[in-house]
Amino acid sequence: MRVMYILWLRQVKRFFRAKSRMIGAVGQPLLFLLALGYGLGSVYQRAGQGNYLEFLVPGIMAQTVLFSAMFYGAMIMFDKQFGFLKETLVAPVSRTKIMLGGALGGATTAVIQGMLVFVISLLIGFRPDHWLSVIPTVVILSLLAVAIACFSSGIGSFVEDMQGFQAINQFLVFPLYFLSGALYPLDHVPDWLRVVAEFNPMSYAVDAMRGALIGQTHFGLAKDFVVLIATVLVLMAFGAYRFRHIEA
Amino acid sequence: MNKAAPVISLEHVTKQFGELTAVNDVSFEVGKGELFALLGPNGAGKSTTIKMLTTLLRPTSGALTLAGHNVTKSQDKARKSFGIVFQDPSVDGELTAYENMELHAVFYGLSRKAARPRIEELLTLVELWNRRDTPVKNFSGGMKRRLEIARGLLHHPHVLFLDEPTLGLDTQTRNLLWQYVQKMSDDEGMTVFFTTHYLEEAEANADRIGIIDHGSLVALGTAKELSKQTKTENLEEAYLELTGRTVRDEEVNGHESWRAMQRSRRMR
Repeated sequence: MRVMYILWLRQVKRFFRAKSRMIGAVGQPLLFLLALGYGLGSVYQRAGQGNYLEFLVPGIMAQTVLFSAMFYGAMIMFDKQFGFLKETLVAPVSRTKIMLGGALGGATTAVIQGMLVFVISLLIGFRPDHWLSVIPTVVILSLLAVAIACFSSGIGSFVEDMQGFQAINQFLVFPLYFLSGALYPLDHVPDWLRVVAEFNPMSYAVDAMRGALIGQTHFGLAKDFVVLIATVLVLMAFGAYRFRHIEA
Repeated sequence: MNKAAPVISLEHVTKQFGELTAVNDVSFEVGKGELFALLGPNGAGKSTTIKMLTTLLRPTSGALTLAGHNVTKSQDKARKSFGIVFQDPSVDGELTAYENMELHAVFYGLSRKAARPRIEELLTLVELWNRRDTPVKNFSGGMKRRLEIARGLLHHPHVLFLDEPTLGLDTQTRNLLWQYVQKMSDDEGMTVFFTTHYLEEAEANADRIGIIDHGSLVALGTAKELSKQTKTENLEEAYLELTGRTVRDEEVNGHESWRAMQRSRRMR
């Protein structure tokens, strides 16, 4: 436990020491919120769908968590490049614990960033249905963050450089995001897109967020949670497996 | 532990990467408290040997023992028994010197109470105690190396591995470094296993020297024995006599070149 704790703490400390990372991580979602929220808001309303900003905020929070938890994999790659990884690999500690400790740290910083976006949304006029819904919101973001941090640990274990990592982002993470219901409702999309979204775990995270914050869901909260927890377990196993086979 | 029992032993150790044999049937032993130098040209198999001894690579065949523990079978016990300073830095630059030490203490199961005085003692020894709260990214190469030595010693290892520990350091730091290592070896009966390209360093510090070339151990003995055996004046001449005068590929060792080969094969 102490090993996992100190590796968790390492990620959290590193995060708070790198101010630029925090600004960068919140800057992009803020741009999405302002540009899309205000840009498409009137069209959305005219289409009879109500307040777009309200619809968009939960999705953008999930987006923030997705991308910053994904960034954790780059940290593993940096550890490989800057040599620190070797120190952990010769230590008398199970690799699964090393992977989990770091991933939980990366997940924590991702949730902090997601909640920062929440605070900013409040400033530009977003209001959740109920203040208590902050609690399930944090739970959902945490599940998403742990799943993605474990996934990116696995990716960071075998990708050799930043270019490779960016490629994974471009071809896997961006589609996960754009083909989820983060930016548009899934109720009236073409069939192919609906099917893709149904197989995309990100859709369930976004849907659960919306259920918690504004009381709208497409799949239903129960299904959302089942899919999310299953995703966490599968990606944890994937991360642990890849990390065990890392080459120093 | 029995004083006569070797602390490090290799029995017929071979490591192959695909078709390339990086280490070929190497056997030798190092005793308790001994300072042992493994010398050899670039790509001879030094790093691969250290990686196998430190559980980073598995041997293709043969057995390695560290402080009585089989390195491949009881990995964690073997890991507890050694400290290592790698060729390249392996500290976390974003953390402070103290935090790096603390992390290591937790990895090796030292209690907080036991770790504190030990960290202070070692950081004082390497003259970094008053810089303990500085993030390591602000340290010079020499300071980082000193920190890594302190870290490698933190958990009272039976064996300290030093992989080209003085590469790129100035003379003062090199001197200091050998002083610390000698002191810890004398005080705690620690065995030191190091590689270096500076032969005068091996001559001055090592009790015994092994020379490895093309993956095979070609000579083993004290510096005097090696020059006697080759009928030369000093270790440098003995070394050149044993390994020849041709220049080897710089940088790339067997392991990395094999991996690069695999990669280019995959791309094709």
